[in-house]
Amino acid sequence: MLDNYFPILAFIFVSIAVGIGPSIGGWVCSSLLGWNRPDSQKLSPYECGFEAFEDARMKFDVRYYLVAILFILFDLEIAFLFPWAVVLNEIGFFGFVSMMIFLLILVVGFIYEWMKGALEWE
Amino acid sequence: MELVQAFQGLLQSGLGGLWGGYVFTVIKTLILIICIVLPLLLSVAYLTLWERKFIGWMQIRLGPNRVGPLGLLQPIADAIKALVKELIIPAGSNKFLFVVAPAMALAPALAAWAVVPFGPGVVLADVNAGILYLMAMTSLGVYGVIIAGWASNSKYAFLGSMRSAAQIVAYEIAMGFALVCVLMVSHSLNLSEIVNGQAKGYFAEQGINILSWNWLPLFPMVLVYFISGVAETNRSPFDVVEGESEIVAGHMIEYSGMAFATFFMAEYANMILISTLTAIMFFGGWAAPVEMAPFTMIPPFLWLFIKMFFIVTIILWLRATFPRYRYDQIMRLGWKVFIPLTIVWLVLIGAWMQTPWNIWK
Repeated sequence: MLDNYFPILAFIFVSIAVGIGPSIGGWVCSSLLGWNRPDSQKLSPYECGFEAFEDARMKFDVRYYLVAILFILFDLEIAFLFPWAVVLNEIGFFGFVSMMIFLLILVVGFIYEWMKGALEWE
Repeated sequence: MELVQAFQGLLQSGLGGLWGGYVFTVIKTLILIICIVLPLLLSVAYLTLWERKFIGWMQIRLGPNRVGPLGLLQPIADAIKALVKELIIPAGSNKFLFVVAPAMALAPALAAWAVVPFGPGVVLADVNAGILYLMAMTSLGVYGVIIAGWASNSKYAFLGSMRSAAQIVAYEIAMGFALVCVLMVSHSLNLSEIVNGQAKGYFAEQGINILSWNWLPLFPMVLVYFISGVAETNRSPFDVVEGESEIVAGHMIEYSGMAFATFFMAEYANMILISTLTAIMFFGGWAAPVEMAPFTMIPPFLWLFIKMFFIVTIILWLRATFPRYRYDQIMRLGWKVFIPLTIVWLVLIGAWMQTPWNIWK
């Protein structure tokens, strides 16, 4: 059983190495072959040629939070649906109806948030 | 094969039975992984060339044709150029996160390939929780974008990463529901079994596999999955994350040289992954469309490649054809069209499976 999962672990390590590789390679090559002359203008954030006005650690729209919270609800719902979907043929009509009741409750919540305007981006 | 056994014997006699076995397993696994990752990186490099060629033809241009015959050495020239460019780390950035972000974007796009089957039994890790692993890995990709946008300490980068986070999570849900429909009809989380499950049914017995595949009974789900995939990889027409005309390059704006190229590689690796997954979930994976002589002669992995290539080309075609969506339209499509549609279709499929006409016994 665990034998099957070892290649996945190894693959994750290899892909992290491949992910870091280009940056290290680029750092080595550019310092050997290219040049590295930083100055304060070059190291400042890019704002279409203007000098940067202020820090970018600013307030942002609360709707992004809202979307994140709604996402957690629905993603958990999908996590519940996965095992149910796999065994749907065995659990038969009773299993189907139970999940439909669960879905109904969530759909009521979904309709409520829709009516409240939580999904609007004007 | 004998060579492999001889090597195993040598290791076991040299290091003792138990440790020799472990070392053998590790080396064998690493070689297999390299056999997947190297062709994948090569495909990523040549997908960039194919994109430029293909869009060039669509716009009645030639595309790259100077570097090597037909421009075939263009990706290598691009790589060398990116390698020797100066790497800039902005003064106001979070240095550690700024350096780690490209790796966070690329690593999950590669790691997801561990469970992808290339043919009957040709899979690195034949695990039962394949789809769960895939969902986990494709969701992790968003961290690279968010971390890049936050660590850059630049307003454009920050806006780009906020947009991408909201967009990716919205389409992740539609994608998850579409996958649940696939699971309902295939009764397994294992990708090989999903492919095998599509080779059953009335039409497959007649030798017309293509009509038994999931795309026909789950038709709207194919479109939902594919379009969500395009939105998740931040491809046009959903590329407001990069939106060249408004926020220049989004989360990648402060990156230069090879760090920038890493984000590019991640995007193209994700495109290839999404296309392959669409082929596996809905288009029969490695199976031939018709059980007839010219079709069955093509080996399975080549079929998977052909399907993947067609779907990737459709993604490129979308970029050449459509203008960019407005952000509120993207969110409306995700939350108000795709999620209700997928929920309704899920209930429909579930109800269909309760009737005597259930075709997925």
